[in-house]
Amino acid sequence: MAEIKIAKTLDVRGMYCPGPVMETAKAIKEIGIGEVLEVLATDPAARPDIEAWARRTGQQILDIQQQEGVTRILIKRVK
Amino acid sequence: MFSGTIDKLIPVGILASGAAASGYEVNLFFTFWGLMNITKKALQNQPSPIDKNYEQMGPMMIKKMQEMKYPMWYELIKQAKEIGEVKVYACSTSMEFFGIKREDLADFVDDVVGVTTFLDKAEGGITLFI
Repeated sequence: MAEIKIAKTLDVRGMYCPGPVMETAKAIKEIGIGEVLEVLATDPAARPDIEAWARRTGQQILDIQQQEGVTRILIKRVK
Repeated sequence: MFSGTIDKLIPVGILASGAAASGYEVNLFFTFWGLMNITKKALQNQPSPIDKNYEQMGPMMIKKMQEMKYPMWYELIKQAKEIGEVKVYACSTSMEFFGIKREDLADFVDDVVGVTTFLDKAEGGITLFI
């Protein structure tokens, strides 16, 4: 996969539902359309919830990785 | 929102903020015991009491939430209002029952309405009676 340029990193490690989704919704508005937001979370609900949030809000998930209890999600702002 | 115990208020805060973040329009109608929790005075006396059935769990739950740095239910509602389309309504009849005036209500309350407004807003959407 080609190198993805990250415009902003959101660290919500230690936050619980609905914190990660709420912070993601705020952070996506702080980057430009076409830019990528990186989210780091430890809440096990972060992955399914941010996936559902992206489907609802029409944003695009580029990549999800899970390592040592941390979920890293790359989201492209498309609208 | 009909109930007035903390174990019901917290899920309302969670549902409202999660929905607001995901682009749902959210209308919260506080009536009866729920209404009693959206006065300025009630917000100063948090946490609200827990349901009698779970009384013994109360202190442990509150302690754990503090450890988790979990926001109070009304903080979730305030955040929901910042990020999305969220309106909070107070029931006029309940206000009269309990002698609550418009100026007694918390700042996040948008309007005082009745059942017809609630039904009108709820039509076609997901309605939860909590």
